[in-house]
Amino acid sequence: MNVHATDTPMVKAEAVSKSYGSNEVLKSISLEVQRGEVLCLVGPSGSGKSTFLRCINHLETINAGRLWVDGELVGYRQSGDKIYEMHPKEAAKQRRDIGMVFQRFNLFPHMTALENVMIAPTLLKKGNKATLQSRAMELLARVGLAERHDYYPAHLSGGQQQRVAIARALAMEPKLMLFDEPTSALDPELVGEVLEVMKGLAQSGMTMIVVTHEMGFAREVADKLVFMDGGVVVESGDPTEVLTNPQRERTKAFLSKVL
Amino acid sequence: MSHLPSEGGGGRGPDAHATPEAIQAIRLRHPWRVTFAVVIVLIAGLFIYDTAVNRPVYNWPEVGKYLFDTRIVTGAGYTLQLTIYSMIIAIVLGVAIAVMRQSPNPVVKSVAWVYLWLFRGTPVYVQLVFWGLIPTIYKTITLGIPFTEAVATISTKDLLSYFTLAIIGLALNEAAYMAEIVRAGLLSVDKGQSEAATALGLGWWHTMLRVVLPQAMRVIIPPTGNEVISMLKTTSLVAAVPFTLDLYGRSRDITAVTYQPVPMLIVASIWYLAVTSILMVGQYYLEKHFARGVEQRPDVMKPTVETQTIGVVGVVDPTTPSYPSTAGETIVPPHNRPGGGA
Repeated sequence: MNVHATDTPMVKAEAVSKSYGSNEVLKSISLEVQRGEVLCLVGPSGSGKSTFLRCINHLETINAGRLWVDGELVGYRQSGDKIYEMHPKEAAKQRRDIGMVFQRFNLFPHMTALENVMIAPTLLKKGNKATLQSRAMELLARVGLAERHDYYPAHLSGGQQQRVAIARALAMEPKLMLFDEPTSALDPELVGEVLEVMKGLAQSGMTMIVVTHEMGFAREVADKLVFMDGGVVVESGDPTEVLTNPQRERTKAFLSKVL
Repeated sequence: MSHLPSEGGGGRGPDAHATPEAIQAIRLRHPWRVTFAVVIVLIAGLFIYDTAVNRPVYNWPEVGKYLFDTRIVTGAGYTLQLTIYSMIIAIVLGVAIAVMRQSPNPVVKSVAWVYLWLFRGTPVYVQLVFWGLIPTIYKTITLGIPFTEAVATISTKDLLSYFTLAIIGLALNEAAYMAEIVRAGLLSVDKGQSEAATALGLGWWHTMLRVVLPQAMRVIIPPTGNEVISMLKTTSLVAAVPFTLDLYGRSRDITAVTYQPVPMLIVASIWYLAVTSILMVGQYYLEKHFARGVEQRPDVMKPTVETQTIGVVGVVDPTTPSYPSTAGETIVPPHNRPGGGA
């Protein structure tokens, strides 16, 4: 059923809409993210960019439209022209292929950095513990924190915590990484180390969707930039193009405040 | 720490490392504090003297004689068993009811609510009397499919001893309180935690067991310790069932023969106090275990070279693991450092 051809977009959204009661948060969002592409979502707070991100791994359910990740419908199963709600177990399985990094890290405080990275593979893959541990150590080394593997989150700086959170999300070997304002809760001097790790990840070919206010990062790393406001995509395109030469008034007004 | 030369006197520049002279102030006197202390000690001393010498009704030799009486010791054993079994059942049932109260299913939710309303709203003594009457109300328990021939019929009296009934009575009452304690614990865990676990692809069960509950434990344990101690004392009500082999029941039995209630009350009290004290020690270690990653104060434990040279954190134990860092200095995780708790 699902053709995993390389030309299937990693993420495809078709008229995705979401509302809480009468409050429409997403109004017919359509976009595509190709394999290996980095998409930056920017926009004022309340524009629906985080909600959209959370819909991609089914932390939120969409009310209308269609959303595919790697050719598979997110949270639903289609058979003929009928759509079935997915069993939580299937949804959980789907999420394992999608890594997510949160604004407030959400590391598990009762586990060390290494335990945080190992928890999901240990519980789900049931592989050899030694192999899993050395894999987790490799991931921590990748984010530059191998020697802090024995630290509890409370003893790590915000930047270090976020890097552990990235390693944790990578532990399930996802094909897509979602970042929800990963640097917004950090002290300014700690932002760089996190962006550096994300840049390395992008260069390694990971498909990424990043909700961010870091326009420098968007310009340097992103392949595509999407500007959202009021639950709609206002403008999208090449990051440098959109940032230096915005076409819409709303984009211009926003960028004049943040750049 | 920057090593900028300090300007002006009094600063702690690089060469101000020598400890400054300690202040030798004359201590402020607190005459009222002393007076109160003396009065309180005096009253207490007089009371103890009076108890020991002037009141034959306490009959201390009698207390000594019965303190390790076989009946009392086995009674304490029964009391402990009642406490432990009923608390285990109450905790399991309490967790179930707490989870049921958060169920999306309205019927399940209402059942949990009604349970709470019923068992928390009636006195435990009344409930125990009720449980004692169960064998009278339901004389037999029949297994089988309704409206067909019974597979097996057992007399309730044979199946449920008064000891079992006492445990059921205590446990079902306690479960209502435990449910609320567990619920408070679950609510205390940040929503981001279960969200992060969900995003990793963990199912509900794994999320609960490995992420939410261990963190909720920090909130659940102190009031649960309270409940265990409270339960230990509530077991003295099982005479309502009637079960009479517990500590208080046995001490009353002995009183019925000796006609000296006061020494036996003291004997029972000493045992209750002793068990409570042991339970308190257990609670301390349990709390420490579940405080992992939270209990250390990061401000004191920051891994700076300075804190070690000054000796604020203390000498590094050579047995604790350390990892060479890129900068050259050795990094020891704070929880493995002296004074780092855990």
